[in-house]
Formats: sequence, structure tokens, C-alpha cells
Amino acid sequence: MKNVYIVGTGATPVAEHYTRTLTDLALEALRAAVAEVTPVVAPGNIGALYVGNALGDIVAGQAHLGAFLASAAGLAGIEAVRVEAAGASGGAALRQAALAVASGAHDLVAVIGVEKVTDKLDATVETGLALATDSDFEAEQGVTLTSQWAMLMRRYMHTYGYPAEAFAPFPVNAHTNAAANRGAMYRFSINPDKYKKAGQVASPLNMLDCSSLADGAAVVLLASESVARELKSRSVRLAGSALATDRLALHDRRDPLWLDAAQQSAASALKQAGVAPDDVDVLELTDPHGITAALALESCGFVERGSAPRHAADGGIAPGGTTPLATAGGYKARGDVGGAGGIYQVVELIRQLRGEAGAAQVTDARVAFAQCLGGVGATAVTHILVNDA
Amino acid sequence: MDLAKHWRQKGARYRLEGQRHRTTGEVRFPARPAALGDDPATWEPCTLSGKGEIYSFSVLRQAPEGFDQATPYPVALVKLAEGPLVTAQLTDCAEADLAIGRPVEMVTRRLKDTGEDGLLVYGYKFRPVLQ
Repeated sequence: MKNVYIVGTGATPVAEHYTRTLTDLALEALRAAVAEVTPVVAPGNIGALYVGNALGDIVAGQAHLGAFLASAAGLAGIEAVRVEAAGASGGAALRQAALAVASGAHDLVAVIGVEKVTDKLDATVETGLALATDSDFEAEQGVTLTSQWAMLMRRYMHTYGYPAEAFAPFPVNAHTNAAANRGAMYRFSINPDKYKKAGQVASPLNMLDCSSLADGAAVVLLASESVARELKSRSVRLAGSALATDRLALHDRRDPLWLDAAQQSAASALKQAGVAPDDVDVLELTDPHGITAALALESCGFVERGSAPRHAADGGIAPGGTTPLATAGGYKARGDVGGAGGIYQVVELIRQLRGEAGAAQVTDARVAFAQCLGGVGATAVTHILVNDA
Repeated sequence: MDLAKHWRQKGARYRLEGQRHRTTGEVRFPARPAALGDDPATWEPCTLSGKGEIYSFSVLRQAPEGFDQATPYPVALVKLAEGPLVTAQLTDCAEADLAIGRPVEMVTRRLKDTGEDGLLVYGYKFRPVLQ
């Protein structure tokens, strides 16, 4: 397998973009990414396009996004396909793109993560999100992804003896970091007292511990070593890439508080990169709720089981901590872009590795870890980024 | 309106029909096709008792289509007496009645209303056992 590099990135702000279409958002991000490599590499050199999108059919009213967006970008003719793995769609698309470059099939590929959700009312969006569960035996009972994470949170509190407010440090950190990110949806800070008083969404999850779905698009350009060498000052190596799955239905898992796919994909990607969890300088996780980040931190081996809320309360997830998390605001405060999240994660980590992350910059960040989840962790995709410079 | 989709689940929805492993006695719900490498003859049909206890629960206030007129409502993972977990709504209870470990039993209730030209979908829910 050949080395793969990330050579360009772009992203739109995450927002309720009522005046803009899915195409409009995708092309803004794509233009920004291409501008980073111009004039060394021309857009005509893009050999393939992978689109990560979860909800296009039911919520945006548009399927067939590979040909749709290639055509809109003036790239009709190239290989282009949509990759769907619920909330992990972006990471899964990046994985397919990385394989295409590593195999030698293409020297330059674009990955677009895009989601357009605000044209539909909440109940339709919830219906779309619930398609990531077992439709006959979970969605048909009226559960939602949010209520499933809520049940895991309650069980976690019961098992390890935490109150609900023990999860406050996760959204508090996300909001603090988002305040410095011009592309974030919620640029204000919150505090544990506000968390305690927030109204319930799906008990014990409250409004300040639930992300809001919004519109956005993010792009990364992947290149082979020969192309990356021409752009080396901006290139970051994609040192590890792995996708794993778990039993889809939460009720089929032997230990629901353990995210097996997260563990497997993290272990595999770290091994490929030749690094351990301790070597990771900055990370992005699927963190729409504190419990989601907590279970991933534990399952991936960053902290002991049952200790993630304490770790967060001790400052472990702040930019100066041992596992800096959500430095652009995470799903909670940057805004939750559904299947595009996996690409937003990588765009943020590239900012960190280039030293361009402003107030949330992690000192001397060299190794970064991105993991996105689909459903309640039934798909997990992990990527390791290394700045060799 | 998904007539066949709901009709073919009638054994699971109305009677909690699952499967039992002929050798180990392990019970699973719902019934499913044999996995790769699994001899289909090793799993026989069995009807579960409908008794269990709450493994975890949540009262949700933002619901999908077909359920959005019923909010707030409680959903749960129920640990069935025979071993498996099942995802279901709780009924005939207030939020204050609910706790992890509380004994519950299956009842048949309306699950959702798919609209004027659609179906009334019935199936299992669980209620606290009267003490």
C-alpha cells in the first residue's frame, strides 16, 4: 500500500443555511480545498470524488450524490459515488478515498462530507436519524438515537455511581472551544449550573447535552506521495485508517456500555500508524452527548472504564489536557452535521497539526486521532493523522 | 402503508416469539435467519414469558413521525427473564415509578398511528408489575 496525504481542506460554517442548497454548500467547501493546492494541482487532476452523506434521500430529497455533485463541480466523467454509513458516512467515505489512493488507482481524490437537514421539520429528521437503528425492532418501538444514548447514560450512572451533572464538563469544554471558532454554530460559553437547570430532551439527557443538527459541507483532498511532495509544506500524512462494525441493535450487545467497533477501529488504525493512545496529541470524537464521548474515550483505550467523567472534570479534555477534545466545538457546539461530521473532524485536526487553531491550539500537536460513529456506534471509523514536518 | 411489513412480524409483536438454542438453551429475541456457519436446525422457535426488569430507560420528548403526537413517552431496554434484552416502550406508569431493576411485564398496546389512510400498528410494550 502506498502512503496517502491530506493536501487540502475546506469547510463552510455550520448553521441553519436556509438560503442555500446542498450543492451550494458542497461547492463552497470544495473550492476552498482546491484553492489550497492551486496552482500546483489543477481541479482537472481530481480522479475521483467520494461523498459522505447520511440523510440525503429522506431529509434533503436528493440521492445519487456522487454523480450529482461531480456534475455540479464540472467534473462529470470522473468516478464519483456516495458512501453511506449513518453518522459515520464521512469517515467511511474518507476510508474509501484513502484506499483508492493507497492502491494506486488514483493520485488525487476529493472527499465531500455534506448534510442539508433544515428543509424538514424535526419529526422527519428524527425519522431519518432513526433509520440508523434496526427499523423493525428499535425504530418501530419509537426509540431515537438520542434516547438510546440517554439509556446508556442512565445505565452508566447506575453502574459507576455518577449523577447526571458529572457529564457537564463535555459540553462546557465544547462551548468554550467553539467561542473561538468562526465556523461554529454556538459561539457562547455555558457552565455547570446552566447544565443542571436545562430542560430534558430524553431523560437524563438535557438540552445542553444534546447536539443540534444543522447544515454544512467539508472537504479534504487526498493525494499520493508524488503529488504531496510538490505541496509538502501543507501536507499531512494519513497514517492509519480503519472501519469496524458492531451488532447494529443496542439490545443485541453483550455489554452495551462498551463500544466494540470503536475499540476495534481505533486499535487497528493506531497499529497501522505505529502509535499508542499516549502518543495522540489531539482528538476528535463523535460527541453529540457527553456519554458518547465518554464511552469512546474508554473503549479506545484513552482512559479506564468508568473514569471518563472524572477525567473530563479534571481538565483532561481541555486544549492543555492529555486528551484534548472538540477543539473546534465538537458536535455539540460547532453543530452536528450528521454524516458530514467525519470530514469536519479531519479539517479541524489539520488546523491543529498546521498550528492554525488559534485560542484552542494544542501545543506542538503532531499526532491526531479522528473517530466518527454511525448509529449507537454500530459503525466506527478511525483515522490517524501525522505531521512529519 | 407497509401492510406486509407489519403483518409478518405478528409472532414477535403479539407473542414475543423468539428462538432457543437446542444445545446450549440460549434464548434470543427476535427470531432471525441463521448466521454464516450456523446450522439453521440448532435454533428452535420459543415463546418468551414476557417477564423481565428494566435495564435502562429514557423519557423522550422529540419523537419521529407517527410517534410525535404521543410525547413525552418512556422507552426502555428490558432484560427479559430468559436472558435477552429487548427495546420497547413502557406504559401504564409515571416517570417517577421507573427505576433500573424494576420488574415489568409485557402487554399489547398500539405502537403507532400511520395516519388516516394507514394502519394502526399494535405490538408489545411493558408495564411495571403490580405489587
